[in-house]
Amino acid sequence: MSRLPKWLIALLTLALWRRGKAEGSEQEDGDGRIVPEGSADRRAESWVIALLFAAALCAAGFVVVYAADGLGNRTQLFGIALAVCFALIAVALIIVARHLIVTEHLEEDYPEPGGDPEEQEAVAEVIRESGSRFTRKKLLLAAGGTAAGAVSAAAAAPVLSLGPLLDTSRLQETPWHRGRGLVDDSGRALLADDIETETFYTAYPEGATEEEKDQIGAPLVVVRLDPSALRLPPERARWAPGGILAFSKICTHASCAVALYRKPLYAPTEPRPALVCPCHYSTFDPATGGQVIFGPAGRPLPQLPLTVDGGLLRAGGPFSAGVGPGWWGVRRKRSI
Amino acid sequence: MRARVYTLVALLAASLVLVSLARGQSPVGIVRPASERGLGLRELGSQLFAGNCSTCHGIAGRGVYPPNAQQGTGNVRGLGPPLVGVGAQATDFYLRTGYMPLERADEQPSRHRVLFTEHEIRALVAYVASLHGGPPIPHPVPSAGRLSEGLQVFTQNCAGCHQVVAQGGVVTGAKVPSLTPATTTQIAEAVRIGPYLMPQFSAKQISPRELDSLIAYVKRSQHPDDRGGWGIGNIGPVPEGMVTWLIAAVALVATCMAIGERAKR
Repeated sequence: MSRLPKWLIALLTLALWRRGKAEGSEQEDGDGRIVPEGSADRRAESWVIALLFAAALCAAGFVVVYAADGLGNRTQLFGIALAVCFALIAVALIIVARHLIVTEHLEEDYPEPGGDPEEQEAVAEVIRESGSRFTRKKLLLAAGGTAAGAVSAAAAAPVLSLGPLLDTSRLQETPWHRGRGLVDDSGRALLADDIETETFYTAYPEGATEEEKDQIGAPLVVVRLDPSALRLPPERARWAPGGILAFSKICTHASCAVALYRKPLYAPTEPRPALVCPCHYSTFDPATGGQVIFGPAGRPLPQLPLTVDGGLLRAGGPFSAGVGPGWWGVRRKRSI
Repeated sequence: MRARVYTLVALLAASLVLVSLARGQSPVGIVRPASERGLGLRELGSQLFAGNCSTCHGIAGRGVYPPNAQQGTGNVRGLGPPLVGVGAQATDFYLRTGYMPLERADEQPSRHRVLFTEHEIRALVAYVASLHGGPPIPHPVPSAGRLSEGLQVFTQNCAGCHQVVAQGGVVTGAKVPSLTPATTTQIAEAVRIGPYLMPQFSAKQISPRELDSLIAYVKRSQHPDDRGGWGIGNIGPVPEGMVTWLIAAVALVATCMAIGERAKR
C-alpha cells in the first residue's frame, strides 16, 4: 500500500520537470526557429479528430463482434472492422502529413563534379601510406584472389542441380521396355478389348513400385480411335493395334499431366479428338502420333508402341522420344 | 401540340398490345401441335420431334450428315448426330439442361432456359427411347457413396477440365461448364453419355458405386463448407492474380500517390 503514494509523487515530479524543461527550451530558441511557423488549420484538425474517433468505433466494433456469439460470417466481420479501422487511421495520418505538419521545400546544390583535386590527392596518399606494413604484396593479392574465386565457385555450384550437363542418359530412362504390361491405377491389367473409344485411360507399368510409378516416364494416357482415322507416320504403322494408342502422360512443355481428352460426339460440327494439357492448353493430336496442334509445347507427345499379347496390352518398345519437358539435347536422342 | 400527345399515346398503346401479343405466343422457336390433349405420350413425342428436332437429327432420329444439310425450321441449317439407340438417358439430359434445342447446329450446347413443358419432355423422352431402345434414365444414390472415393474418382477423370472445385473452365475449342447447377441425375447422365467434347465413361471405367461417390463429391462441391473470405470464382490462382494486379496494385499506387508529394520546382 505504501507504494502507491511513492509512484504518484514520482509521476508528478516527472510531469513538472518536463514542463519546466519545455518552457526553458522555448525561451532559449527565441526567434531562431528551424522550421517556419505554419498557419493553424482548424478544419483539418477537426477531420483528423473525427476520423480517429471513427477508427476507435470500428475497433470497438471488432471487440463487439468478438464478444457476441451467434453472429454469422464472423471472419468477414472481423476483417471489415479491422480494414475500415486501419483505413480511417491511414486517412487521418495522410491529412496530418499534408495539412497539419509544417513543410518546406529546400534546395541544395549537388557538389561540383570531380571535387577538390587536393582532397583527392590526400585520399590517395592515405591509401598508399596505409599499406606500408605489407611486405609480400603479390602473395597477399594471390591469396585474396583465390578466396574470392572459391567463394564465387561455391555460390555458382548449385546451378548443377538444374540438371546434368553432359551425361543426360539418366533422363532418357523410363520404366518401359518391350513386353512390359500396362496396368491401371489399382494394378489391374488393361485388356485390349476393354479399351473403348470416346474415353481415355491412365496406365502404369506392370509391377511398378510406388517409387517407380512416380517417375516422369511411368504414366501413360491410352485412347482408342477408329483405325481408319489414324494418320501415323509409316514407321509407326504397327504401333497402334486396333487403333489403341499410348502416349506419355507428361506434357512436353512444363511436365504437367495431360489430363484432358476432348472427343467429339458428332464430328461434322465439333473439333477433332485431342489430348489437352490443363496447365497451358498444349493440344496434341493422337491420330497423327501426338503432334502439337495448339499451345506452347515445342515437340510432340512421346508415343509408346503397343502390342496385344493374349488380350493384354504390352509395350512394344521404348518411347518415340524423350519424355517430359525439354532439356539439353532432348531432340537428338531416343529414350532407352 | 395536343395532336402530338395523342399520337404518342396511340403509339404507346400499340406497342403494349404488340408486346402482350408476343408474350402470348409459345417460346421462341418451339413448334407445338394445335392441341396436345388427346394425344398419346409417344404420339405427342413424335409430333414434337418432327417439329423441333428432325431438322438436325433427321427423320426418326437417323441423323443428318453434311451433304444432306438443309435449311429447316427457323432457318436452322440441319446437321446433327443420329439418335438411334441413345435412349431416354441422353434425351432426358439434353432437354432438362436446356442444351437442346440448339440455335445453330455448330454451336456448343450450353445450359439454357428449358423450352419444353414437363409433359412435353416426358413425351419426347418416350419417343426417342422407342426409336431403338438405349439406356434408361439413371437413378443414382449419392447418399450411398463415399466422399473420399468421390474426390479420388473426380480428380482422376474430371478435374482436368472441370477443376477440382467443379467450377468449370476451358479446353481448347470449347468451354467447360460449371457443375454448380447440375442435379444428381444430370451428373450421372453426363458421365455416361459424354456431352459435346466430354469423354464418356462406361460402367467398366466408373462403376455405379464409384458414380454414387462421384456425385456425392460434386454435390458437396456445390455447397462447400467454405469459411474463407471472397471466393472469386474458386478457379484457382487466375482470379487471385487478377485481383492482386488489377485491384490491389492500383489501390497501393493510389495510396502512395496520396501520401507522397513530388517537389514542385
